[in-house]
Amino acid sequence: MNQPNTLTRIEDPAMAEIQPQQAQPTFSATEPAPEGHRTVGKITVDNPKMSARDVNVYYGEKHAIKHVELDIGTNEVIALIGPSGCGKSTFLRTLNRMNDTIDICRVTGNISLDGQDIYDRRLDVVQLRARVGMVFQKPNPFPKSIFDNVAYGPKIHGMTSSRAELEDLVRWSLEKAGLWHEVKDRLEQPGTGLSGGQQQRLCIARAIAVSPEVILMDEPCSALDPIATAKIEELIDELRENYSIVIVTHSMQQAARVSQRTAYFHLGDLIEVGETEQIFTNPEHKLTEGYITGRFG
Amino acid sequence: MNNATSPKGIYAIAPERRLGGAAHTALVQRRKAAEKRFRYYGLGALVVSLMFLVLLFASIIAKGWTAFEQTYLRLDVDFATDVLVPDGDRSEQALSSANYPALVKNAIWAAFPDVTSRGEKRQLQDLVSSGASFELRNIVMNDPSVIGTQRSVWVPATAFVDSLIKGQMDRSLPESERKLSDLQISWVDHLLSNGHIEKRFNTMLFTDGDSRDPELAGIGGAIMGSLYTMLVTLLLSFPIGVAAAIYLEEFAPRNRWTDLIEVNINNLAAVPSIVYGLLGLAVFINFLGLPRSSPLVGGLVLTLMTLPVVIIASRAALTSVPPSIREAALGMGASKMQTITHHVLPLAMPGMLTGAIIGMARALGETAPLLMIGMVAFIVDVPKSLTDPATALPVQIYLWASSPERAFVERTSAAILVLLAFMVLMNALAVVLRKRFERRW
Ligand SMILES: Nc1ncnc2c1ncn2[C@@H]1O[C@H](COP(=O)(O)OP(=O)(O)O)[C@@H](O)[C@H]1O
Ligand SMILES: [Mg+2]
Repeated sequence: MNQPNTLTRIEDPAMAEIQPQQAQPTFSATEPAPEGHRTVGKITVDNPKMSARDVNVYYGEKHAIKHVELDIGTNEVIALIGPSGCGKSTFLRTLNRMNDTIDICRVTGNISLDGQDIYDRRLDVVQLRARVGMVFQKPNPFPKSIFDNVAYGPKIHGMTSSRAELEDLVRWSLEKAGLWHEVKDRLEQPGTGLSGGQQQRLCIARAIAVSPEVILMDEPCSALDPIATAKIEELIDELRENYSIVIVTHSMQQAARVSQRTAYFHLGDLIEVGETEQIFTNPEHKLTEGYITGRFG
Repeated sequence: MNNATSPKGIYAIAPERRLGGAAHTALVQRRKAAEKRFRYYGLGALVVSLMFLVLLFASIIAKGWTAFEQTYLRLDVDFATDVLVPDGDRSEQALSSANYPALVKNAIWAAFPDVTSRGEKRQLQDLVSSGASFELRNIVMNDPSVIGTQRSVWVPATAFVDSLIKGQMDRSLPESERKLSDLQISWVDHLLSNGHIEKRFNTMLFTDGDSRDPELAGIGGAIMGSLYTMLVTLLLSFPIGVAAAIYLEEFAPRNRWTDLIEVNINNLAAVPSIVYGLLGLAVFINFLGLPRSSPLVGGLVLTLMTLPVVIIASRAALTSVPPSIREAALGMGASKMQTITHHVLPLAMPGMLTGAIIGMARALGETAPLLMIGMVAFIVDVPKSLTDPATALPVQIYLWASSPERAFVERTSAAILVLLAFMVLMNALAVVLRKRFERRW
């Protein structure tokens, strides 16, 4: 709502008409779902790659993710949507234990990858992060050459035995990320010199170079223009063949375009999960409906 | 209020207060005047500080530049066999302790055959620096075949002759108030007129250690002492400081203890340097028994002093590495160690180096702690190792500054110039490193 401004206050009669509708008795954008909420829709899939059971995340005292249960299918793209601050990124980062790097963050519950608990003490988190790759909101290539950006992962994990093999892998990754033709003549130039969209595809190439099984993407297009966004979306669709992809997005159109399933988060609760089509055409939960019809978010 | 009378939806601001109204125009003018005044204050402050700097430099250079030249006398020396090897013993030891002063005396007397009285011969001798005999000894030791031949040799004149030649001595003063007698002045003028006196670049200033004779006193010993001290300081404070910063920034848990350590590091950076000197005296010399006056102890003490600066600068450099780079590396499956060594350190290195160099520049100019550990002694020999007694440049300046002789005054300023040159060089190096390694992301 417009705060009364000291200089001007423009009264919009149209606003006043919308307001009464928005005030719903049971659900509002700023209030959490009632205590003990159970996710609406089918959280399981036939061939899960990862599954989360009763996952809770706390930042100090703050309960950021509440009893979330969700399967991530093999070779599917699942979109996480919801208003800002509802915990999409937090949940995403539990899947490759990036939350470990935050001192005050505490995770309970069970998350498994191919049936193996990823929070198991014996599990090497370094290896987990190679299996579950991540692409961040803001493109963050290393301040090194394009080649070194992609070669970094294979190098530290010892994935190639010769320079020729490494060059081959770098080329394959860049091709897979649809970037090869744009950068093949300047592999030695800094990755930070590329355009935003190219940088993000470089980050994707960097992630797939270590042959992950799952790729997590946290709003990968939010810093990009529409054309770069379209390229990334196309890429995601192609990558689905070989990887499971979890994508956080603010754009419902994007979720509708790239994903097969969609999960709607609201203030730490996983409100509803379902086939993307169903979520966008026929949501079961009032909160989901409120969000996708644009009444809040 | 008057809002009620305004057109719908627009807040009614009084006409003179609207943008462009009379009140608003006055406000803008006041703001512009204030901005202008602020600019002039800044400019004024800059001019004043520049003026002080120029004044400082002008006075040091005016006093010091003459020290880079030294007056030399030409002596026609007879390397007489009967003086040098009276008993025929030409061993190295005998040659090194031969009677060179006699050669010098004979040579200068020979230049003025008219002078015969004892007193006047003495005065004549006093024109030549005692360094002349060392000069002759060097010639003989290098090439014993000169014995029995004649050669003209340039040897340093005394500081008084030097002052006279440089125009620092007032000839109009009565003789009793001058350091040179009328007779001596006339000899000098004579030598000058037949080209036997010359000013040359003063290499002794850079190669020699301290001396009681100002014309022989150099900062070579002090420079070597400072270099050794800085070497110890750099080799210890940089790795230790960087390692401590990395631990504190990347590994240490955030708790009461690390907070306490952090506060104390900041406090240590502000501790007066003389306290470190006392600490060094108590710990390194009295307790550990390391040699007094040595660059080793000096370096250790300056390391203590520099460490907090290096740690603080290194931590700042580490925090300035964008978190997105760490996330990228961790997200690739790099371990914490790999993330730090492959990505964080290279990006933080310029900042760390800059911090270290600035800390070193501060240590280079430090005097007080070195006084406490005995690096203030009168040391003639140029130090050849970390444990030899030594002084440092600032201490040498301090020592000479208390000598009244004109020749020491100019050497004090010359030493200051050299010290400043080192500082400028180090700071320039810091800038170059920062530029060279700077990366954008
Ligand atoms: N590092 C953190 N420390 C403390 N609180 C955090 C941190 N990261 C996120 N949060 C909190 O957790 C909640 C969920 O955040 P996030 O997962 O980033 O939301 P989203 O990605 O859906 O916008 C927010 O209320 C946010 O304030
Ligand atoms: Mg987010």
